[in-house]
Amino acid sequence: MWKTVLRRILILIPQLIVISFGVFLLSHLMPGDALSGRIDPSLDAAAIEAQRERLGLNNPWYVRYIDWFGGMLTGDFGQSFIHRRPVTEIIGERAVNTFWLAIVTLILTYLIAIPLGVLAGRYKGAVLDKSILIYTFIALSLPTLVLSILMILLFAFNLGWFPSGGSVSALIISEGNTLVILMNRIYHMILPAVTGALLGTIGIIFMLRANIIDRTYSEYVLMARSKGVPSKVIFNKHILRNSLIPAASGFSLVLVFQLTGALFIEMMFQYPGMGQLFFSSILMRDSAVINALIIIFSVIAAGGMLLSDIILTIVDPRIRIK
Amino acid sequence: MDDILLSINNLRTSFRIDGQYYAAVDGVSIDIMHNEVFAIVGESGCGKSALSLSITKLHNMNYTRIEGEVNFNGQNLLDLNESKLNKVRGKDISVIFQDPLTALNPVIRVGPQIEESLTYHTNMNKKEKRDRAIKLLSEVGMVNPELTYASFPHELSGGMRQRATIAVSLACSPKLIIADEPTTALDVTIQAQILDLLRKLQKETQSSIILITHDLGVVAEMADRVAVMYAGQIVELASANDLFKNPQHPYTRSLLASIPNVGEDLHRLNAIKGIVPTLMYMPREGCRFSHRTPWIDGSMHEENPDYHEVRPNHFVFCTCYKDFYFENEGGA
Amino acid sequence: MALLEVKDLKVYFPIRGGIMGRIVGHVKAVDGISFSVNEGQTVGLVGESGSGKSTTGKAILGLVPLAGGSIYFNGEDITRYIGKNRSAYRKSVQMIFQDVHSSLNAKKRVLDIIAEPIRNFEKLTKEEERKRVDELLSIVGMSPENALKYPHEFSGGQRQRIGVARAIALKPKLIVADEPVSALDLSIQAQVLNYMKDVQEELGLSYLFISHDLGVVKHMCETLIIMHSSRFVEVGSREDIYQNPCHIYTRRLIASIPSTNPDLKEANEAHRNAINEEYKNQYNKYYAEGGSVYDLRLLNENNNTHFVAMP
Repeated sequence: MWKTVLRRILILIPQLIVISFGVFLLSHLMPGDALSGRIDPSLDAAAIEAQRERLGLNNPWYVRYIDWFGGMLTGDFGQSFIHRRPVTEIIGERAVNTFWLAIVTLILTYLIAIPLGVLAGRYKGAVLDKSILIYTFIALSLPTLVLSILMILLFAFNLGWFPSGGSVSALIISEGNTLVILMNRIYHMILPAVTGALLGTIGIIFMLRANIIDRTYSEYVLMARSKGVPSKVIFNKHILRNSLIPAASGFSLVLVFQLTGALFIEMMFQYPGMGQLFFSSILMRDSAVINALIIIFSVIAAGGMLLSDIILTIVDPRIRIK
Repeated sequence: MDDILLSINNLRTSFRIDGQYYAAVDGVSIDIMHNEVFAIVGESGCGKSALSLSITKLHNMNYTRIEGEVNFNGQNLLDLNESKLNKVRGKDISVIFQDPLTALNPVIRVGPQIEESLTYHTNMNKKEKRDRAIKLLSEVGMVNPELTYASFPHELSGGMRQRATIAVSLACSPKLIIADEPTTALDVTIQAQILDLLRKLQKETQSSIILITHDLGVVAEMADRVAVMYAGQIVELASANDLFKNPQHPYTRSLLASIPNVGEDLHRLNAIKGIVPTLMYMPREGCRFSHRTPWIDGSMHEENPDYHEVRPNHFVFCTCYKDFYFENEGGA
Repeated sequence: MALLEVKDLKVYFPIRGGIMGRIVGHVKAVDGISFSVNEGQTVGLVGESGSGKSTTGKAILGLVPLAGGSIYFNGEDITRYIGKNRSAYRKSVQMIFQDVHSSLNAKKRVLDIIAEPIRNFEKLTKEEERKRVDELLSIVGMSPENALKYPHEFSGGQRQRIGVARAIALKPKLIVADEPVSALDLSIQAQVLNYMKDVQEELGLSYLFISHDLGVVKHMCETLIIMHSSRFVEVGSREDIYQNPCHIYTRRLIASIPSTNPDLKEANEAHRNAINEEYKNQYNKYYAEGGSVYDLRLLNENNNTHFVAMP
């Protein structure tokens, strides 16, 4: 199996080169560059040209691409011309926030989705199943932006239960008690996490429900019934277990979904994570940050796929990757 | 008759399709004796599998209606609730299914799947169950039963898998085994091995087998008595010897004539005209085979067909069997 | 001259492994087989699952790449055919499939299904085409009004007859029939087999009839090939194979067929057990080291049809 893992990681390299090249090309095609717009018009042309030369902006495109790609491999994504700081540093701060938000969202997603999916599958056609399906259809048809606005409107403004944005209150940081800060961070995370989870559950509910219905009519369940196994045991041992296996392997795909979904949610909730950074960078044309984020998201997505396959081989004895 | 193990009386199994019930098994009565192999033979859609699952009510009862009686051990199985039925299922009556790959849970090792019946029907402890499972695996011809015990189903070949499901069904030494097309999914050499095994085990344990199959060769090799099913009804019931040497009902005769036989040469095979009617379009009155026997004069059929004992213990449905003119012509 | 002649045909499927996915070995699905089919003849290719019989059929139709050997059709090596010649070959060799549910496009009318090969190779007007389809339908015993129906309106047997009609639409010389009746009920199977025989007589067709069912094969074929482990173990006329089977595998296969005579029950089982004993004890007499099958050789100087794979 480890050979396959290694091979998959090796395949990642050409993929990354293609993606990075595309990204580089796109930012290259955008009008202006890192310097334009920030130049004092009173400066004389020669000084500007000297500055461009110094920053390497006049090099041929392939030289700049190789510089950029080489730096990336060593963890150096270049400088943000807006924040005037290294990109790695900026993203690093935000990544922690996004990571924890994704984890909390993931846990909430499974906490909501597994019971709902199992109940819908088990009581297929009953009122309970139909209500769960109605919920999934509503969630499916609701854009992230709309749901986020509704959540903020209801829980932040009308009820005032949760803050409408941010990741931690400035006041609390100044007090400095670690536990209180942690609680405050979680408090800020709840609303965006619940919003993300409500949307993220749809796929898992559908998958679980379909799996359970499918397994219920499988021949090995019939065989178990013919052995006189009580129906409760059949459900837990033969139906539920076999239905959860694909859901478990989908875990990392859900993680990837949450990371990308975080783009919108962080923006709506003004949560200082990578997603929010991505949007603000686009608005400000901060191409160094945009490029770095796209590459990072791509690596996460590819890694997630690989992780899914590895999990699947662990939980399902039929699948062995060679 | 103390010899009767299980008595099926006027069984009707109907499935709900678009809010209406259609009988797939329509008034079947048979007695299964102790220590016999009873074959039910018919083509797809004749109701033979629906019948086999009705005996211990394995159908999804949300859209199935089962009427009649299945008398076993002094009780009507159809009257029992699920938990009482579970005391009979697997212990007294067990089932072998057609496809051993789908009949075994893919993520549970073979051994524990055998032990499962023991858990609910005996008081054996862990070690006793394991010993019993390994003993059963060696009885069904596994060369290395310990290894098979710890294998997952997909690690076994088709024939080995079917041996494993036979071991599962034998776990509690049932009095009756319902084998639903047990060899249809297997290659012919493996089929022969499995049939030989089933017969050997049946003789040793003195249990009875209801063998559901579409293959008349398998019937001739295995069965003591045979019921031929067509369109939800039994059209002929006889000992295997009688049935193959003296088939009476036109359906049985046509079926036997359409086998491309290794033993004899024919330029053309007999083909039965028309097709087996589907459940929703099944004729419900008169002789259900009549529309496929244009050579038989309509007056030969009974309006309300009944069973006729043409020889001792050889029953034929409807009087059309008296027409012995048999058209040997292909086509539809 | 034989219509189809296959010489030393090999089909290998690669096994990939290692970090770079290199080819580390081969599954030899077909490993050096030679046979021929004469005009108007039916050759039966019999074997169990995994024997390589279906792959042989696919190789003849060019559906799998060859690892070696050549296929001659009318004396020409079609493995070297390109362009126009190849399309002429495709017209002359057709296939009938096992699965009657998936081999007909559910969204097309019977007319379009049967006319498809005609449209690919010939230019006919709408009327001519319709006339041709009606003719083809009548050959397989179906009335012309069926042409406008869809596959799901037919039973399995009728669908397989539509499959036969499609296969003969271009008046081919050879039809490769891969388990054409094994998904059908007994009474329906007889209908399809009878039509296949009728069509053969009418058009002078040859069949390569691939099946696991020795009864069906005996009914249909004059020449039989028994395939096992990617090789031929025995080739002979119907009489050679059924009256005088010589390879232990053929004998096991024939002994495994359940007989419809209940009187022979015990005798059959005893015979089967005896052969299984022999198979265990005399394995080395029939198989080379590692269980591989020997090359075929003529069994008897006086009988030039019967070949057995024995040393």
